[in-house]
Amino acid sequence: MPELFHRKLERSAIGFVLAIIAAASVGGIVEIAPLFTIDETVEEAPDMRVYTPLELAGRNIYVREGCYACHSQMIRTLRDEVERYGPYSLAVESQFDRPMLWGSKRTGPDLARVGGKYSDFWHVAHLINPRDVVPESNMPAYAFLARTELRTSDLGQHLAAQQALGVPYTDEMIANAPRDAYGQAFPDSEAASGVTERYGEATSVSAFDGVATRLTEMDALVAYLQVLGRLTDAAFRDTAATEQAPDAED
Amino acid sequence: MIRQLTSSERQFAAAILLLAAGVGLAMAATGRHDPLGVHGVIVLLFSGTLLYPVLTGFYEPEPKEDREASYYDDPIKVGIVLTMAWAVFGMFMGVWVAAQLAWPDLAFDAAWSTFGRLRPTHTSGVIFGFGGNALIATSFHVVQRTSRARLAGQFSPWFVLFGFNLFCVLAVSGYLLGVTQSKEYAEAEWYADIWLVIVWVTYFVLFLRTIARRREPHIYVANWYFMAFIVVVAILHIVNNLAVPVSWGHAKSYTIWPGVQDAMVQWWYGHNAVAFFLTAGFLGMLYYYLPVRAQRPIFSYRLSILSFWGITFFYMWAGSHHLHYTALPHWVQTLGMTFSVMLLVPSWASAGNALLTLNGAWHRVRDDATLRFMMAAAVFYGLSTFEGSFMAIRPVNALSHYTDWTVGHVHAGALGWVALITFGSLYTLVPTLWNRERMYSARLVEVHFWLAIAGTLIYVFAMWNSGIIQGLMWRTYTEDGALAYSFVDSLVAMYPYYIARAFGGFLFLIGAVVCCYNIWMTVRSVPLAKRRERDVPAAVAVPGE
Repeated sequence: MPELFHRKLERSAIGFVLAIIAAASVGGIVEIAPLFTIDETVEEAPDMRVYTPLELAGRNIYVREGCYACHSQMIRTLRDEVERYGPYSLAVESQFDRPMLWGSKRTGPDLARVGGKYSDFWHVAHLINPRDVVPESNMPAYAFLARTELRTSDLGQHLAAQQALGVPYTDEMIANAPRDAYGQAFPDSEAASGVTERYGEATSVSAFDGVATRLTEMDALVAYLQVLGRLTDAAFRDTAATEQAPDAED
Repeated sequence: MIRQLTSSERQFAAAILLLAAGVGLAMAATGRHDPLGVHGVIVLLFSGTLLYPVLTGFYEPEPKEDREASYYDDPIKVGIVLTMAWAVFGMFMGVWVAAQLAWPDLAFDAAWSTFGRLRPTHTSGVIFGFGGNALIATSFHVVQRTSRARLAGQFSPWFVLFGFNLFCVLAVSGYLLGVTQSKEYAEAEWYADIWLVIVWVTYFVLFLRTIARRREPHIYVANWYFMAFIVVVAILHIVNNLAVPVSWGHAKSYTIWPGVQDAMVQWWYGHNAVAFFLTAGFLGMLYYYLPVRAQRPIFSYRLSILSFWGITFFYMWAGSHHLHYTALPHWVQTLGMTFSVMLLVPSWASAGNALLTLNGAWHRVRDDATLRFMMAAAVFYGLSTFEGSFMAIRPVNALSHYTDWTVGHVHAGALGWVALITFGSLYTLVPTLWNRERMYSARLVEVHFWLAIAGTLIYVFAMWNSGIIQGLMWRTYTEDGALAYSFVDSLVAMYPYYIARAFGGFLFLIGAVVCCYNIWMTVRSVPLAKRRERDVPAAVAVPGE
């Protein structure tokens, strides 16, 4: 007699709350816990590097400005997406991303592989006023980024917090974080060589905003946009893909 | 407000407010080089503002009458005012961001007014500000009446109400300053999240203790939903917001969940914020105010049980349908889709139960716009839950995901279900609570109803069109097998719909302003009702059973 049982349950506030907790917990536990234990969930990518301090600062600006509200960073396993944006995204590509920025809406295009697709100069012009470059665009203008000095003094703390969570930043990277942020945007400075030493030869060192006199938020954001999709080659190699793209008739 | 508190309760209130002011001061000091410092000042000002009435009323005579002989309605009244203030704010921000998509220069070249920063002020403003305050206010009302007992606390209802609003203020002001975790519908940073946990636990204890002192053998169905809302939102909020702050002087934190796991946790949270904040809580409202207004008992007790446990169990599996075709493992996507489809059963059981309750009262639905608000809410609830299950099917989602269709779906639920059931409940509650004969103007309720319906339909149809066109343009190929449209082509096709959507939202906002005016005039100028049957604890009929 299920109804009789429920009549009893309705008489106990504590019992009812416990029943709610029990019923509501199952789904989350079954779907979330195995993501940490099943090894295939995240692919292997030994070549993958971490974000440089400048790129991380740029990523934090991307978060701060809410760019994820209009731009996804997740190419789905569908033919048209792969042809429009590039190889579909792998889990390993966001393994260091806290938070992930996969997004849920494309008012603008996907950015998962935008790195290297446009020049630094294009990005700066586009961010200052998108309609100068793409007349039909409805993206807000971010001219203030070029006017705003980047705060670098606390970048070591940012890296340390990431290290505490398991991102493989070395103590040397943490100690040199402000210097490396500066060096990456000033190719002619002495600090520049330390960046490629610590983060690899492939790291792009450039006067991102085109102004070699000061380090701005524009430098950081462009540095971040230019590294999107380029931290590892995993997606371009023949990896153990979780799923084949459905055929075009789908 | 202060008159209802005893002298020791006043001391306690003052102590809590001083403590909060102290925390604000500490935040302002440690975060002086960071947006955290601004939030410290806001906490300080918020506590100081509340401290003023506490201190000025400190030596007023203590309440003499037996407080247990009456319901505690003052916090509900303030809650209703806050609900409507947040409604106008949140909906205004919505119209503004919608207009920015059509006319991007409406950001005026400032940082705080760009789309990315304003959008969460709209979502948090309406979900937490409008929806949250409405839930707190109505849950305080419903639990007292259906338990025939006064709230189990004198100070804690105020703490919950103002504490929650402090959270909302911190969240919304933070987005304007650029303080955000970027987790959708959980954007507020770590200190605001910790504060919300404290407030929420107080809310939970208060609610449970009130139920425990009920003078009814059974817990009424509306309270099941309110309990599920409070308990599960606490679980979701805590798990999703686990994070490590950069330092005690930084507003910024990094979530403990990386990449793909973060995506799963985020959408487990995100979808169940819809389930337990925007569905369960508002079903609690529906299960009380609809039968009261229709003067009919709930159609079926068994359907209530079926839908309650179905929703509580199934919903928690459904979040992964936000991640179809992504890097989330396939098996999780499949589970999410399966449970999303099954969810249709308990959802339609609720909607059907509500509509069948109106059998025998359809003439009232015709004549009474308040009841029609609730009827329309149940219809929209049924439609948008069907749409949700449909969109969770993988091949459908391949088309709909990332497009405006999702936005339209959310608003069919948020405008058509959440807002309409709230307005219907408020029009029922306001005259009762202030002991007035009726609302100031039945005609204005009627005007509001049609503005809301027209606004919702224009909005939803615009987004269906734009979303489906967008999705189809992205996947259209030419005969030689090349993509037919560039991304910008699809954006250009959106502009007419973005303008239509902003107009629909504007109509809905006007409706909310009309509602504010009507409530204001009801309290100001409608004569007091003749003493109805005494509305006091342990003397009220329970609707439904």
